[in-house]
Amino acid sequence: MNLNTVMAHRLFWPVVMLLVLLIINLLAFPGFFSIQVRDGHLFGSLIDILRNGSPTLMIAVGMTLVIATRGIDLSVGAICAISGAVACSIILGSSDPGSPATVAVAVGVSLLISLVLGVWNGFLVAVLGIQPIIATLILMTAGRGVAMLITEGQILTVNSPPFKAIGSGFFLGLPISVLIAAVIFVFALVLTRRTALGLMIEAVGINPEASRLAGVRARGLLITVYVFTAVCAAIAGLVLTSNQTAADANNTGLFIELDAILAVVIGGTSLAGGRYSLLGTLIGALVIQTLVTTVYTVGIPPIATMVFKAAVVTAVCLLQSPRTTELIESARRRQAHRRAKAVTA
Amino acid sequence: MTESQPAVSMENISIEFPGVKALDGVSFRMFPGEVHSLLGENGAGKSTLIKALTGVYRIDSGVITLAGEEVSFHSTAEAQAAGVSTVYQEVNLLTNLTVAENIMLGREPRRFGFIDWRATRARAAELLAKLHLDIDPNSRLGSHSLAVQQLVAIARATDIHARVLILDEPTSSLDADEVQELFRIIRELKADGVAILFVSHFLDQVYDISDRLTVLRNGKLVGEYLTDELLRIELVQKMIGKELTVLEDLERKTKQQTVDEHELTPYVRAIGLGRKGSIEPLDLDVYEGEVVGLAGLLGSGRTELARILSGVDRADAGSLEIDGEAKRIRTPRQSIRDRIIYSSENRREEGIVDELTVRDNIVLALQADRGWFRPIPKKRQDELAESYIQALNIRPANPDALLKNLSGGNQQKVLLARWLAIAPRLLILDEPTRGIDVGAKAEIQKLVSNLAENGMSVLYISAELEEVLRLSHRIAVMRDRRMVADIENDDLTSDTLLAIIADGATTEAVA
Amino acid sequence: MTATVVTPSSPIATAAGRARDWLTNPKYGPVIVTAVLLVGMFVVGASRYRGFTNPQVIANLFIDNAYLIVLAVGMTFVILTGGIDLSVGAVLAMSTMIAASLLQAGWPPAIIIPLILVATSLLGLAVGLMIHYFQIQPFIATLAAMFLARGLCYVISKTTISITDPVFIALAQTRIPLAPRLSITPSVILAIGLVIVAVVVLHYSRLGRTVYAIGGSEASGVLMGLPVARTKVLVYVISGFCSGLAGVLYSFYTLSGYALTAIGTELDAIAAVVIGGTLLAGGYGFVLGSVLGVLVLGTIQTLITFDGNLTSWWTRIFIGALLLVFIVLQKVLTARRT
Repeated sequence: MNLNTVMAHRLFWPVVMLLVLLIINLLAFPGFFSIQVRDGHLFGSLIDILRNGSPTLMIAVGMTLVIATRGIDLSVGAICAISGAVACSIILGSSDPGSPATVAVAVGVSLLISLVLGVWNGFLVAVLGIQPIIATLILMTAGRGVAMLITEGQILTVNSPPFKAIGSGFFLGLPISVLIAAVIFVFALVLTRRTALGLMIEAVGINPEASRLAGVRARGLLITVYVFTAVCAAIAGLVLTSNQTAADANNTGLFIELDAILAVVIGGTSLAGGRYSLLGTLIGALVIQTLVTTVYTVGIPPIATMVFKAAVVTAVCLLQSPRTTELIESARRRQAHRRAKAVTA
Repeated sequence: MTESQPAVSMENISIEFPGVKALDGVSFRMFPGEVHSLLGENGAGKSTLIKALTGVYRIDSGVITLAGEEVSFHSTAEAQAAGVSTVYQEVNLLTNLTVAENIMLGREPRRFGFIDWRATRARAAELLAKLHLDIDPNSRLGSHSLAVQQLVAIARATDIHARVLILDEPTSSLDADEVQELFRIIRELKADGVAILFVSHFLDQVYDISDRLTVLRNGKLVGEYLTDELLRIELVQKMIGKELTVLEDLERKTKQQTVDEHELTPYVRAIGLGRKGSIEPLDLDVYEGEVVGLAGLLGSGRTELARILSGVDRADAGSLEIDGEAKRIRTPRQSIRDRIIYSSENRREEGIVDELTVRDNIVLALQADRGWFRPIPKKRQDELAESYIQALNIRPANPDALLKNLSGGNQQKVLLARWLAIAPRLLILDEPTRGIDVGAKAEIQKLVSNLAENGMSVLYISAELEEVLRLSHRIAVMRDRRMVADIENDDLTSDTLLAIIADGATTEAVA
Repeated sequence: MTATVVTPSSPIATAAGRARDWLTNPKYGPVIVTAVLLVGMFVVGASRYRGFTNPQVIANLFIDNAYLIVLAVGMTFVILTGGIDLSVGAVLAMSTMIAASLLQAGWPPAIIIPLILVATSLLGLAVGLMIHYFQIQPFIATLAAMFLARGLCYVISKTTISITDPVFIALAQTRIPLAPRLSITPSVILAIGLVIVAVVVLHYSRLGRTVYAIGGSEASGVLMGLPVARTKVLVYVISGFCSGLAGVLYSFYTLSGYALTAIGTELDAIAAVVIGGTLLAGGYGFVLGSVLGVLVLGTIQTLITFDGNLTSWWTRIFIGALLLVFIVLQKVLTARRT
């Protein structure tokens, strides 16, 4: 493999970006890569990146599949808020908030509700044929209102150890939220690559009409990916809520849809649909979270993170734009031309 | 029609797209006050020539002169300013705006910098009146029929004080009366000295309106003729061409065996099958192991018939029987269930999934038929891909190559592999050999006859008569959206077939 | 050609026919529905709550939502071309921050306000160029602008900066009486002035007609020889300018700059435009419809305030439900017509 084929790989730029960020961290903070074991749990900056990045990754995994079908889901942040609100209000309303059974019911009901919300999004997109960005805008707008309705405008603080474990507990030395994200990631990978789901999603995303003529049923497929994304969002919402031990309808998962979309785009999956890369999304999510951490460690005020995010989106989009490729190509050709001329002259 | 200075003269025009020479040294001229028809089958280079003239495409070599002056347009706006306007087949207007706006957009009269709507409407109304078009300039364009929209497009074109007016398939959505109305307008414009380029696949109309013809084939100029001096059959011959083939004569033994099979129930029988605005109701039988050729010019309804048979478009008249049983086929998925497969002529848009690999493209339909939760085992996929790559001689022989990196001929073979993988009983091939090289063409033809020998039915659509004659046991001919003949291919010659395509003939007359 | 002439049978029948035509027309149908809805909401309000019919209630609708009207005007231009602008809320917030911080530094308002308008227009220009020349989807390009603007807010200051400049305070507190016990603010006049300019531009200039043409079909617009590229970039400049202006009005309204202000306002602006009858696919819609949309949103808020029993989160749910109704309505109307 020569340098050109490596550079042409779709994950080349995201990986480079991740490495650059990690190196900056290492230079600014030599102990960056050290991981300690305390009380049998792993601690360290890298673990923090994984833990803080896990909700975004969970959603980004679903978002990748939605985007691959030429869609987008703006409602995931609102779904996070709803699932957190549902879980907390169930736990608060029960006589025994600390029992695992209560938490299991709360989680189960939240996931069921997210299932319904996913079907709703899928119905608008696949059956009514509404543009995905608009269809999911409805739930994005109304969803937080629904979450407020459930929490009755309060921030619901719960004191339930089993619930708290979802977001901040450890298992086998690793944060539970990281494990959940890993399970979702592997599940999606296996689901799409061990069955033909991935093939169908890509086919529909690349050429919907050719897929129809080949007998692919897009409708069921679309509903499936929107449901999957909604469930991922609900799980991320539970993790976030558990982390704060409180459901805040206004702020749980605020802007997470944008981070998730960003992770997908940085990971090299085009918003135009088609070929997707879950691995790319993983790297994208890590880039975003590392960026946030870097801003901390380098000593830039953390509030400036968004400026850097803007810079990263712009850079990645411009690098991936067909127009840029064109410009580089023509520049290269001109150079080759000049060189050829110089030789003949 | 004086042989004075041409209104347009294009000399030695060449345009190359990646991998294809779309126009190869074509020369073309038009005189003021004449109607000139541009003829050729798909891929002949008609629309490329038009786009070269209107500044959509840049020419790689050649010279374009307008009334003696050399020009080089970089946009349609520049071409329009120089008096070359175009009315496209799919009406390129804005259905969301009013008729008056569509006519005047970008040229609205202004007062104190603001659009003077009163003057704009008045001017639009004047232009409409000139075309005897009695519609409200304030009505929304989208609320009118396509025919009216077409005339509005012409009204827009004539306002530019066009010296050259290009009408690209202007009649494809018009009925007979509307066509006559259009022709009246064309004659008026012609009398005003406008040079009119008329492109249509309806030969009757071409002969009705045009003074002169230019025929293109495969990006090359076949010739320029006076309409009165060229017989219709000669014209069709020039358009289709008689290609020299490297194909060894296919054995015709399969033909004999079909004769007695006609006693049996046909595999697929269409009774009065039709769709409004697409094809008139028609009957068609296809027997097991039979190759039925479907001939006709572009736009004659051959593709439309194929789409309806396979559920891509829904029929709104008639019925379909499979093995003697009535069936309703409303989606491609259902038709695939019944093992009726349609391979579209539009390989790019409706065939290949270009970002996927050869293997994925081959298994796609089979996998869709099984459902996504029952994946074809990886090993079986590899076997399928390998065996079809071998059998169809797909190059490069790499199942992991992305389809977009294959040549047209190899993409077509991959598509065939996709369909063959689901073991079709009726395979409808729409122009399977268009735009591919001669070698691949021969391979595909040979494959078709082998498949039929093994009992598969094939409906073979092609613009190339030699190909249809060579492969088919029976030939159905479409003309102006009707089936005009359904005949055994015993001792048919291309001349007989040409005669039917050009002039039409009822089944009785020929049989 | 064969235009069938329908002879009117009776005036009533034609009137009914015309009403039906208007309602099923994608151009007017949704706007009419919005207008009817707005009137209906007022009737409900008037019948249920005392004091709802006070003219000042209507005046307050304009006073409280002047900035949103300005945002919606810019958003209308963008959506008419089939695009979208997610950055407007953040750009608004950034403008309030720039205004507050520069005032604090002692700059004169006469320099600050033009500076803000130029800066936000330039940001719009950058977004437009990204969208048109680098073919980056409007969603992503404006998302980047949103991050940038919101981030710059934090860079300027984490905390609220209050505005003590006499000119700003004067503009904030001036009431222009229209009648006894009925007054509006200078912001309202500015917003209404902008709406008038926008209407004139959209309907009486070639730029405006090209905006509609791009929404109808960009490819056709190019073939018709219209300046598509220039116009497509320009709508984002207009939206940037409007966001800046909205920010200035917002700082009059709140007399402070705060980095977290106006989060989610882009959704309100988009909702107002859609409820006002502009098709998200582009090509159909009016600025005046968007103003109606803003008023509908404002009225929902007012109704909930008057009710006292309904909690404020019902606003979001109502807006979501209205969005749903209007999007499905648009789908039905366009499906029938094409």
